[in-house]
Amino acid sequence: MTTRKPLARLKGGNNEGVVVLVLLVVVVLMTVANPEFLSFSNLFSIVRSSLVPTVLALGVLMVIISGGIDVSFTAIAIFAAYSTVTWVGPGGAGAVVLLVLACVVGAALGLVNGLVISTLRLPTLIVTLGTSTMFKGVLIAYIGAQYIADLPEAMARLGNANVLSIPSGGEVANLHVFVIPVAALCVLVWWVLSHTMWGRSLYAYGGDPEAARRAGFPVVRAQIILYTAVGVLAAVGGLMHVTLSRNANPQDLVGSELDIIAAVVLGGASIFGGRGSVLGTVLGVFLIQIIQNSLILVGIPSVWQRAAVGAILLLGVGVQALSAKRTSRKVFAYADEEVVAA
Amino acid sequence: MSSEPSAATAPVLEARHIVKTYGGVTALDDVTFEARAGHVHCLAGENGCGKSTLIKIISGVERPDSGSIVIDGEEYGHLTPAEAIRAGVQVIYQDFSLFPNLSVAENIVLTAQVADRKRLFSAGSTRPRAQAIVDELGLDIDLDARVESLSVANRQLTAICRALISDAKVIFMDEPTTALTRTEVSSLFALVERLRERNVALVFVTHKLEEALQVSQDLTILRSGSLVVTGPASDFDRRSVTKHMTGRDVIESRHLNDYDATAAPRLSVEGLTLSGAFRDVSFEVRPGEILGVTGLLGSGRSEIVESLFGIYPAGSGTVRVDGRQVRLHSITDAIDAGFGYVPSDRLTEGLCLDKSIADNTISASLDRHRRWGIFTDRGKVASTIDRFFTALRIKAPDVSAPVRSLSGGNAQRVVLAKWLANDPRVLMLNGPTVGVDVGSKEEILDILRAQATRGMSIVVVSDDVPELVSVCHRVLVVRRGRVTHEIAGDDVTAPAIESGLAA
Repeated sequence: MTTRKPLARLKGGNNEGVVVLVLLVVVVLMTVANPEFLSFSNLFSIVRSSLVPTVLALGVLMVIISGGIDVSFTAIAIFAAYSTVTWVGPGGAGAVVLLVLACVVGAALGLVNGLVISTLRLPTLIVTLGTSTMFKGVLIAYIGAQYIADLPEAMARLGNANVLSIPSGGEVANLHVFVIPVAALCVLVWWVLSHTMWGRSLYAYGGDPEAARRAGFPVVRAQIILYTAVGVLAAVGGLMHVTLSRNANPQDLVGSELDIIAAVVLGGASIFGGRGSVLGTVLGVFLIQIIQNSLILVGIPSVWQRAAVGAILLLGVGVQALSAKRTSRKVFAYADEEVVAA
Repeated sequence: MSSEPSAATAPVLEARHIVKTYGGVTALDDVTFEARAGHVHCLAGENGCGKSTLIKIISGVERPDSGSIVIDGEEYGHLTPAEAIRAGVQVIYQDFSLFPNLSVAENIVLTAQVADRKRLFSAGSTRPRAQAIVDELGLDIDLDARVESLSVANRQLTAICRALISDAKVIFMDEPTTALTRTEVSSLFALVERLRERNVALVFVTHKLEEALQVSQDLTILRSGSLVVTGPASDFDRRSVTKHMTGRDVIESRHLNDYDATAAPRLSVEGLTLSGAFRDVSFEVRPGEILGVTGLLGSGRSEIVESLFGIYPAGSGTVRVDGRQVRLHSITDAIDAGFGYVPSDRLTEGLCLDKSIADNTISASLDRHRRWGIFTDRGKVASTIDRFFTALRIKAPDVSAPVRSLSGGNAQRVVLAKWLANDPRVLMLNGPTVGVDVGSKEEILDILRAQATRGMSIVVVSDDVPELVSVCHRVLVVRRGRVTHEIAGDDVTAPAIESGLAA
């Protein structure tokens, strides 16, 4: 016991330590293969490409902890962001107004998920698969199918705002200002998950729904709040995505939900529910982004990136299933010597 | 009832004239129940008598149609689960309702915080509060371990700590001893004494009569939703309790079927060894013979039959069925060799709960119901299902009822039907009557005798000594992975088996 404990702590409650290790190995390998990898400009660009996935992943994390799975968050993200851009138009309206508008739209769509899932107790995957298609259809049919290049003034300005600029090898490496709100969101979600009863109720519900009900957790309310919150996070993510890509395309994001789910699962969240952490999720997002980035750097065609993400997801889930099988393996009562001695 | 000292203390919980019906079926008919501080009250009755409905009403999970609940002088028409917990009612369910993914400390503390309608979770105070209650009860549990890694006994202790931290005035324990070994049961009873000193009222809901009578001061028996009798436990003995529960006398004696003791063995096991579980196990069973295998939990008694059924293939040893050596590397091998196995945890291992009685009955014997090896012979399937439904007297509206809706005794009959439909040469059963009421138990044992008379060999793994005495021709006692005693013929008595277990 005593020899195992420090190692177990290093490994982390959700195998975060293992993800860190894999991350380090990938970084070392990539640096050896291409020293450009460790340049500021490449690192900052990895961070930039991780911003939106991180925000979306935080929502997915909460759903997975509660034992559910959500595939509609990308549809909500683009719905909220695109409709906000369409309604506001290229003119004024400050960043706060845009954010509030998008969040209201995201919350409303998330609420639809929450109401259907909590009151009808339907499988979350089926419900969100349905609402996802529905949201996308409504977006294209009623709000717009046009690619919008003229973003509202505030967003256009934010798209180029950097918090840190470092000259690196002839060019300037820029760290986007969104790292600050994204980091704040991570801290907020971590705090909510570990220090509020609502956060603990997600873990409890994911661990054993019936026990959570018997313990008096308001499970219906908790689920409605959960999916609404995921809708809000998706809206924030969508708005960031539109801002960073400097255009609003209603066809964006939808289709990338697997990358996000893969990152969360890779970060140690159990697909069976009840387990997962913000730290692991952030590490998972980075790992996926670095692997995708590396594949480009070493010149592997982008079609293979999809295959790589799929393989990573299967790997992550496979490892979980194997370790679940190992812990459930029968432990016999006696060590062999004891039986012999008896 | 009587002027025992128990009447001196006022009841801390009263359920008055509770009536509950489910769609025309009366689950509880004007039942009144009291629990007193510092007393253990045993609530007994056969499956389906209304015990669980009564617990659900008192704990706020179900609403009564009429009647009221008084806790500490406060009267409620009905409660919500959170209200019941705040009022001091705690239920320790048979499955404990713990969160397997959370630590022991958090499991102990979390529900109390839910009941207090806390919004924030104080992670920092979790461990000290849990530690305090664990120390107070003098327990030894790793508070940082995840509950999923604990033994059954430690999970139960965690559930008890969780109940106490919410200042429970009344603790209901649903079948608290079912999954425990004898030593664990005695330490549980020692803990119960300490809880009584803290003036907690305890309610044991149980089938196990001796244990119930051993620890409780008060006894209430329900039958078919009605109160049959209530009074001090000292006024009852095993026989009178059984009579009140079933409404008839149950004879506890040895009642064996005849078999040919000189016939060639059906099953012969030689030197069977599974590393870490059991070693050098040899025995024979003849056609028509019922062999008992007993031992403490963890002695290896279950692993022997599980190994024969191919679940944990043995490392070495030979097994012969009707003289022919068989290979048992998988469950398929075992079924092909003519084995049938009724597992101890029939709910998770033996049945598809949401499927009908009919589907479950036929699930192990599909190959026997085919025409030309391909098509399912519907006529044959229907006749098999009907035959067992009638023969085993399964109590259900019809064969399409889902198994989930059945009581423990009836669910066990469905598992039996499933294996009998496959007509095994050797039927092995693990705890065949655990969680089954007294009436059904006798009938299940009768079914076993009838099958043995037809020539089937039967192996019964059980820790229910009267059951072994009642039905087995021979009993093997397993201790620390070895067969230490073989008791046969007229020597099979309760004292002989118990001394074998204790030796």
